[in-house]
Amino acid sequence: MRVLVCVKRVPFTGGKMVLAADSMALETKHLGFTISPHEECGVEEAVRLIEANGGESVVLTLGPAEAVEQLRDAMALGIDRAIHLRTDGSEWDPDATAAVIVDAIRTDESATGLFDLIVFGSESADSGGYQVGLRVAHALGRPAVTGLKGVKPEGGSVRCEQEVEGGRDVYVVPMPAVVTVKEGLNLPRYPSVPGRMRAGRKPVATSAPARPAARLELVRLVVPPGQGRRAEVLGSGAAAAPAVVDMLRKIGVV
Amino acid sequence: MDQSKASMETLTLARRFGGPVHSVRIDAIEPFAPDAVAAILALVADNLNASAVFAAGTDRGNDVMARLAARTGQPFAANCVDAEPGSPVSVTRFRWGGSLLESALLHSPRPLITVAPNTFSAEAEPAPIEVDVKPFVAQLDETDLVVRVSDHIDTAGGRVSLAEAKVVVSGGRGVGSKEGFAIIEELAGLLGAAVGCSRVVTSAGWRPHTDQVGQTGTKIAPDLYIACGISGATQHMAGCKAAKRILAINSDAEAPIMLNADYAVVGDLREIVPAISAELRKSR
Amino acid sequence: MRRTSGAGHSTVSDPPTHARAVVIGCGIVGNSVAYHLCRLGWRDVVLLDKGPLPNPGGSTGHASNFIYLVDHSKEMTALTVDSVDQYREMGVFTQSGGIEVARTKERMQELTRRMSSAASWGIEPVSLISPAEVKELVPFIDESIIRGGFYTPGVGVVDSLRAGTIMRERAQASGALQVIANTEVIAIDVEHGRVRCVRTTAGEIAAETVVISCGVWSPRVARMAGAHIPLTPAVHQMIDVGPVPRFAGAKGDIEVPIVRDMDTNMYERQAGGDLEIGSYAHRPILYDPEDIPPIERAALSPTEFPFTQPDFEVQMQHALELMPEIVGDEKVGVKYAINGILSLTPDGMPVLGESPDVRGLWSAAAVWVKEGPGTGKALAEWMVHGESEIDLHSSDIARFHEHQKTRAHVRARAAEGFNKTYGIVHPSEQWASNRNVRLAPFHERERLLEAMFFEAAGWERPMWYESNSRLLEEFGDRITRRTSEWESRWWSPIINAEHLAMRERAGLFDLSAFTIFDIIGPGALESVQKVTLRQMEVPVGRNVYTPVLSPNGGFKSDLTVMRLGDDHFRVVTGGAAGMSDKKWFADHLAADGTAQLFDLTSAMTTVGLWGPRAREILASTTGDDVTNDGFKFGSCRTIDVGTVRVLASRISYVGDLGWELYVPIEQGMRLWDMLWEAGRPFGLAACGIGVYGTTGRLEKCYRAHGNELETEYNVVEAGMQAPRVKSEDFVGKEAHLRHRDEEPAAVLCTLTVDDHTSKSGEKRYMLGREPILTRDGKPVADRRGRHSYVTSAGAGPSVGKHILMAYLPPEQAVLGERLAVQYMGERYPVTVAVVGSTPLFDPENARVRS
Repeated sequence: MRVLVCVKRVPFTGGKMVLAADSMALETKHLGFTISPHEECGVEEAVRLIEANGGESVVLTLGPAEAVEQLRDAMALGIDRAIHLRTDGSEWDPDATAAVIVDAIRTDESATGLFDLIVFGSESADSGGYQVGLRVAHALGRPAVTGLKGVKPEGGSVRCEQEVEGGRDVYVVPMPAVVTVKEGLNLPRYPSVPGRMRAGRKPVATSAPARPAARLELVRLVVPPGQGRRAEVLGSGAAAAPAVVDMLRKIGVV
Repeated sequence: MDQSKASMETLTLARRFGGPVHSVRIDAIEPFAPDAVAAILALVADNLNASAVFAAGTDRGNDVMARLAARTGQPFAANCVDAEPGSPVSVTRFRWGGSLLESALLHSPRPLITVAPNTFSAEAEPAPIEVDVKPFVAQLDETDLVVRVSDHIDTAGGRVSLAEAKVVVSGGRGVGSKEGFAIIEELAGLLGAAVGCSRVVTSAGWRPHTDQVGQTGTKIAPDLYIACGISGATQHMAGCKAAKRILAINSDAEAPIMLNADYAVVGDLREIVPAISAELRKSR
Repeated sequence: MRRTSGAGHSTVSDPPTHARAVVIGCGIVGNSVAYHLCRLGWRDVVLLDKGPLPNPGGSTGHASNFIYLVDHSKEMTALTVDSVDQYREMGVFTQSGGIEVARTKERMQELTRRMSSAASWGIEPVSLISPAEVKELVPFIDESIIRGGFYTPGVGVVDSLRAGTIMRERAQASGALQVIANTEVIAIDVEHGRVRCVRTTAGEIAAETVVISCGVWSPRVARMAGAHIPLTPAVHQMIDVGPVPRFAGAKGDIEVPIVRDMDTNMYERQAGGDLEIGSYAHRPILYDPEDIPPIERAALSPTEFPFTQPDFEVQMQHALELMPEIVGDEKVGVKYAINGILSLTPDGMPVLGESPDVRGLWSAAAVWVKEGPGTGKALAEWMVHGESEIDLHSSDIARFHEHQKTRAHVRARAAEGFNKTYGIVHPSEQWASNRNVRLAPFHERERLLEAMFFEAAGWERPMWYESNSRLLEEFGDRITRRTSEWESRWWSPIINAEHLAMRERAGLFDLSAFTIFDIIGPGALESVQKVTLRQMEVPVGRNVYTPVLSPNGGFKSDLTVMRLGDDHFRVVTGGAAGMSDKKWFADHLAADGTAQLFDLTSAMTTVGLWGPRAREILASTTGDDVTNDGFKFGSCRTIDVGTVRVLASRISYVGDLGWELYVPIEQGMRLWDMLWEAGRPFGLAACGIGVYGTTGRLEKCYRAHGNELETEYNVVEAGMQAPRVKSEDFVGKEAHLRHRDEEPAAVLCTLTVDDHTSKSGEKRYMLGREPILTRDGKPVADRRGRHSYVTSAGAGPSVGKHILMAYLPPEQAVLGERLAVQYMGERYPVTVAVVGSTPLFDPENARVRS
């Protein structure tokens, strides 16, 4: 089996959002970076699929030179190799992102064969566009199912469980296919030290595609108003319990 | 689409673009097949010569609109909270689950927009209005039916569902351990509340992911949200900010959650939560 | 691992308008200072933090919290041991034992030095153990890659946050302390050089005493008052791996000894079900306090920065080598990884004491968890009693010279020191960074003489001159050669050759590193009397060597004072202690403002000229009377040397006839050249500080501050009491009078080594700080529990012996007493050669008076 998982490097945010001077990005001076959460589960799923079925897993990202850290993180978990589409760090819209990923997949597949599954996150933590996976699927002419909490290959098909209100809808689609997954699909493992060490030796194929013009064009970011209200302090420590119960009564919860 | 709150919000935003607003309701495709819905939407939009297409920013709304976007080669802005007509169209949309807003331009003859749920109040039309129902029959390609719901698993158990609970009691890093959740469950039991948690907790394996409140977990809108030992990282606040009231119990009086809470108790949750439970029992 | 304490929150409240003292920062040291101030009787103490309690977000909150007891620094060991006592008393210490393992032969030798330091500072039990014994204690270690370990059973882990809470709560319970969390200091008001008020986000607190215990933020807070705390935030990388199958079901935080993998600059410790791996091996990663995010913007705590994996690659390999069973387990994951921020200083020691920049502003910074409570206690004693029980001179904030406060210097030295955290550091090891800061006016001449420069207070001082290697031949067998690499490092036999040339003919010394300041004014005499043991009311033109005492009668310093006029005294002291001495004098100037202190360090330079031919050399350059009758020992006056007016002071630290010659710095080169020319016919040799600081003074049994002279020993013990005590009041007088009446607990003795031959047949030479034992290897300690150790060691070329100094209990302080010194794991026989201060060489002191 061959699985490709596409990930995005995003800041690991703290409590308060602060924008860079040009308001075009988050100020990340004090922040670390991580693989966007849904995609962490995508990586874990890809690793498990290959552990169970054999084959090859590949991770791909579109991002700045530093995004190689996230590729190494994925490889530390067991992904075999990486494709890095390097940018200058500026914003790419979903349309453009999908286009260069499609090109990269075609190039890779022409050399190594089709990916049975291409895994995306449902949406990225930062820009939340909900569409790159579906655009890639359409361009490649492959079926796509979104928002999955269960992915199970069955013969030439994949059984997909999508979380909906009150339960899960099941889709069974033929492979090769594209899936977008959500956190909760699995509990990603921590990288082992040997895994980390192996990751440093695994191959990363890097290219730097040109950025097409944006059609969903970021103008600026804004921190929404409404933060900064001050909580009414009901007390300190266990002594505050009566005041809490009074409040619960007042608002009708008790 | 149905007359849900999300749809009403969508209509409200769509009306700002002037002209007639056509509401598309697709009931021939059952069980659900998202490519088929996208195909029909594409035809309808052409047929009506629509100047924009709106949908609710639900999972399905975003799914179908993304497929429509791919199919028509148009840009798509998901989870918008505002849109101004023009060329290009200006939108304001969610980033970081709503912790940040993005002003963006949609360069498209037919912009595709979904509307973030629970973000503004739907305006009522000076009702009642005459509804002109136009039936539409589409020819569907077989390939548009490859992706189609084939089964449904009911997972709702006896427990209070996190998404629908009126009260949610949540625990974060400050709870300290898997076992530490006993006091959270006790309080939730007394209040008839659902138990929630932060992402740190599920990552540590203390609670299942289904309990997670947050940008990548469940987004909730209860009457009261009790956050115990949760600092209030953006990831978490994105999931609970729709709560009517928030009570934060935290040892850190300056934790970000305090800036979003209505009520606060400062101190060690391991003392405070059992004390509240005891007080509730006493008052019965 | 981020450990939150089980502590309840402390009562927090709004600030008062006045406080006896405001302590800023609720890390381990701030809590400790506040607690001990209250314990010592201060009331109305306020403890502030901008963060929440119990973990306000500083370095204490992410510390690995383990404590090793033995350090080569006596001061650091004392602070650590006292801290452990306090942690134990609070019930937050879990003893686990700790092993420092060696992968190399050099490290095994270093571990024998640690055994020596343990014995010198009285730490027991400790032992050197074999790889198999290490394996028994730490079953998951690969013992095949190590050569042995240094085992300290008393090593343990503390809950530092809980300790902080306990100390706060105790002080609060006494009613003496008010704790205010979540309140940031925004300004510190200073009037007339003294702290007046702390402005916070919650209001102003008037206070004349403020303690900055803000960890990595300390420089920023100090700057609010216009003061300097020279430290830099730096990264210490730490990862936590687990779950470790072997630790499944662990009942406590730690049950297995902590391992320090010294050769890779790493440590591994059990943390519950996980293993924590820390490193000081990565490239130094330094920040500025301004780089630390505000609390609300930090993803974790403000001092837990995102982990930088590429800096940890080699360390993973090293951890895997040592503990393959755990680290190599594919199921054991890296659960947590941070770049923890901690404080580094330019010399590796804390920054303690009252700022020389602002009165009433105290620093308790660059203190780690292991020494936190002890340091807090010592600082509180210093604040309340004017002196701490543990001598803190190596940590004194006043020790820094101006250039040492610059950002560039702090960063250069912190970066250089970081990778030496577990390093094998030779006692004479020189810094490589930021050298050539202070150069003598005749530096160029010294360079041409191929000086080997050592640094003192930023000054480049010749330790010896390679050009003098020709003297080796001349003195032949009288010069002891060293074959061992360790003792040959940072040393040359040329030092001994220069010594002999000085003793036989004359030597020219660069003494530029002296700190020189004048006390001038009608109140000058009173001011100088106040801080000196010896009588300062002497005729103009006299110089007086005097101890400077601490309030308890220990040695604060020792220095020379010249009376240049009725109201004019010139103080000359060493470079290392110069700045703290200057603060000490400044602090004791006459309260009515009738005396002032002027620093002349950078205005004057000093050349020493000593040896039997010194008079002839000097006489050949001057028409002034420099005969023994015309220029007596112990006098000073200005003479002409060619066209240079020179303040000549007849005094000697090497025990030979001669003068210290003081001139304006720009004429230093001229003076040097004239003396050099004049000395040629007399066989004058340029002599390095090796002669001045070691061989010359040791033969004369002259004491040195920081070696023999510390606040922990008194004048009588050092054998330096004068027949009479001056009637004038001075700091430490009461204690000194008491010391004169009691039997000393120890007596400073000079010992010589009887046999240098090691088991391997190689001759070995002690370098100092080694323990003195009985011949059969038993420890020697005085009735106050102080163990005897070598305070100074060095060659005595004129007496043909290797000389050691040590305080011995009266029973052993007997001429001819046969004892032993432990060095590199072996014992060598030594004999007490002098009890008290009689010189070994020229006991009649005929030479200096000739």
